[in-house]
Amino acid sequence: MLELRDLHKRFGGFSAVAGVSFELPRGSIMAIIGPNGAGKSTLFNLITGHIPPSAGQVLLAGRDITGAPPYEICRLGVGRSFQRTNIFPHLSVFECIQAALIAHHRMGRNFWRRSETLYRAETEALLHSLGIADKADSPAGALSHGNQKQIELGIALASDPDILLLDEPTAGMSAAETHETIDLIARIARERGLTLLFTEHDMEVVFSIAQSIGVLHQGRLIALGAPEVVRADTEVRRVYLGERE
Amino acid sequence: MPEPAFLFGQFVGGLTAAMFLFMIAAGLSLIFGVLRILNFAHGSFYMFGAYLAWQFMRWLGPGTEYFWLAALGAATGVAMIGVAIERLLLCRLYRREELYQLLFTYGFVLILADIAKIVWGTQQLSVSRPPSLSGSFEIFGTTVPHYNLFIILLGPSIALALWLLMHRTGVGRLIRAAVLDREMLGALGANVGGLYTIMFGVGSFLAGLGGALVTPVKSIIPGMDVEVIVEVFIIVVIGGLGSLWGTFLGAFVFGQVLAFGILIMPRFSIFSVFALMAIILIWRPWGLLGRPLSR
Amino acid sequence: MINRIPWVLVIFLVALWVPWYGSRFYTFLATDIAILALFALSLNLLLGYTGLVSFGHAAYFGIGAYTSAILMKTHGMPFAVSFPAAGLMAAAFALVFGYFCVRLTKIYFAMLTLAFAQIVWAICFKWNDVTGGEQGMPNVPYPDMSWMAAIPGLGGLRLGDQFYLLVLVLVALAVAALRRIVSSPFGRMLTVIRENPERAEFIGINVRRYQLAAFAVAGFFAGLAGALFGIFNRGVFPDFAYWTKSAEVLIMTILGGMGHFWGPAVGAMVLTLLNQQITSYTEYWPLILGSILVILLFGFPGGIVGALVAAGRRLTRRGNA
Repeated sequence: MLELRDLHKRFGGFSAVAGVSFELPRGSIMAIIGPNGAGKSTLFNLITGHIPPSAGQVLLAGRDITGAPPYEICRLGVGRSFQRTNIFPHLSVFECIQAALIAHHRMGRNFWRRSETLYRAETEALLHSLGIADKADSPAGALSHGNQKQIELGIALASDPDILLLDEPTAGMSAAETHETIDLIARIARERGLTLLFTEHDMEVVFSIAQSIGVLHQGRLIALGAPEVVRADTEVRRVYLGERE
Repeated sequence: MPEPAFLFGQFVGGLTAAMFLFMIAAGLSLIFGVLRILNFAHGSFYMFGAYLAWQFMRWLGPGTEYFWLAALGAATGVAMIGVAIERLLLCRLYRREELYQLLFTYGFVLILADIAKIVWGTQQLSVSRPPSLSGSFEIFGTTVPHYNLFIILLGPSIALALWLLMHRTGVGRLIRAAVLDREMLGALGANVGGLYTIMFGVGSFLAGLGGALVTPVKSIIPGMDVEVIVEVFIIVVIGGLGSLWGTFLGAFVFGQVLAFGILIMPRFSIFSVFALMAIILIWRPWGLLGRPLSR
Repeated sequence: MINRIPWVLVIFLVALWVPWYGSRFYTFLATDIAILALFALSLNLLLGYTGLVSFGHAAYFGIGAYTSAILMKTHGMPFAVSFPAAGLMAAAFALVFGYFCVRLTKIYFAMLTLAFAQIVWAICFKWNDVTGGEQGMPNVPYPDMSWMAAIPGLGGLRLGDQFYLLVLVLVALAVAALRRIVSSPFGRMLTVIRENPERAEFIGINVRRYQLAAFAVAGFFAGLAGALFGIFNRGVFPDFAYWTKSAEVLIMTILGGMGHFWGPAVGAMVLTLLNQQITSYTEYWPLILGSILVILLFGFPGGIVGALVAAGRRLTRRGNA
């Protein structure tokens, strides 16, 4: 589904991502872990076209998408959430999701229809499946951090992606909220047959849903494999898991 | 093909204009680098530098060596106006959206333009060169006034002084940190507010100095504020905003393109500069020596 | 209760009645306000809806005015041709200039719009053969309004009054179109871009292209306003594209309130009336404008309509409690 080939990104003299390669089969769930500054967000930004790589390739379903602009990559079926919550704060929750649906259906070029009448049923269905239907009319920016993360997920899902990239989907959440969110993500991924790539600092979450784990350290993948394999890896224990104990 | 002497004359003329513009553009770029505010009133500060220099010369005696004192006084006066505006008003807008800061400095363009009209009227004013530099010399068949030579030498000196300020002093270290990462600066425990005021003062000083020194070469008229802000903006776009040497290069290129563009399109030489800017915006939107903006 | 009244319709009907009030001066003021309201509303498509600050919107106003004046005066074209042509020409220029402007982010964008507007002004100022240079183009003819005589009650009106009615209807149509555009899917995409361009890009929106489209549409309506203003003013001058004109329309928009569709129209009305009052005391209108802007930024960032809406909300909340 998604394949990275020897991806590099240098900022000046600093290598943020230094030769990352992996392949993500359709329908699989993969986590990228690593200490702060390991290059996780940069990696996501390279995949989604927010920054162009210095070298290497990104392939989506066999198609080279290296260096394509974000809006095009989104249209090709990649959805993403951002680490820092990234919504449309002055729109209502309903309008946020509706806008994403309008964009997905390429209705944005229409100057004449009334936007508020469009995709109402789809918007409501999505809000229900996220469990925020009761907040539909509130301004998105006024809601709790957890709700905003859910809205962001909703915005990403509105473009009906095949693969979803979630950057720290539970950052700043309480234990209960984290649990709820992860269950939600796992359920939606299952229902829609999504391929999932996510970064996460909560190891419990990572080991509970990821089918494979990549460990990023100083821009390199130092381990890649099934959770048990990664957990047993001495190098990983030394640079990363060890720090937390 | 025009005479070589004539071409050299154009070159020197372009260089002189470039060094004036560099002084002003460097101030704008410096303020932007630290405060992340593009000060629209920078051109107005330049205009005030010119008017204040004229005023001081009237009091001190036109056509005397007091010119230097007047120029320095005008630049200091403008720096004080700048600091007052920053301390009393602008600093209250730092937490607001960028839009409000932008509109605020824009509002001051309108206010300062009319204040200048009220105080100094709308007729053209001029200041004569200081006697010590009123002579000229001939080189490659071109007559170059001593005063222009002084300006041509002053430009690089200011560039060098700014470079030393940035790279050899404690304040400079803070400034560079601020340019790279504002949050980090606060974390270092630096007095950010004080640094902002100093930078605004230094930037305004440069604008005022440029305005004061330009008076023996150009007459002082209403509208010079907006004319110069557009020119200076084109320079920083060409060179790369926030880059000192980029600004220097931008000013040089601007001066030369304008000086030689006039040979091709006598009445519309400004178009040659716009064409250059358009090309740069397509090819390198972050300017010749600037860094690409991260999104 | 207050919300039930169709205010827009009421104001339109009151405005229609102005010529029968019989004062040349009121007709003059009403024409001025109607045209400037359209100009300010066109700017707000950029400022309030797309989040783009243009400091050079007068360029497209000026281009529209010159296009229509040149077509009508120099080439003797009818108004029915010159009016839409003015909008299209302004939109074409906006497309070209905008192509460069939208490559830059906020502050740079604002500066570049100003730079392009100054170049338009310089062309108008210096290209004597076509634009009349510094002297401008005086005596732009009125459109042929003899057909109005066929409508009962309009035949006896003065030419200025007839032109006012024409302006009012055209402005109303243009504003209705603008209103439709901001509530269309296209308008929603612009709002999304204003709110968060980074996120907008990743719901599949080509942000730059939409910004450019908004720039061209805003230019189109500014061009229409310019065409009307040139006729109303009985002449077209380089000042139409000068940066102070851009400042004026920007301040109208902010004074009225850029967060509300009708805000800029309110701002246009208030500022025009204020201008009428103040210019009899002082020639320093820009000083007043600049001071209004600074006071607004500190005290009333939502403008007049923003303040009214906030006050209304407070009242209803107290009423409910």
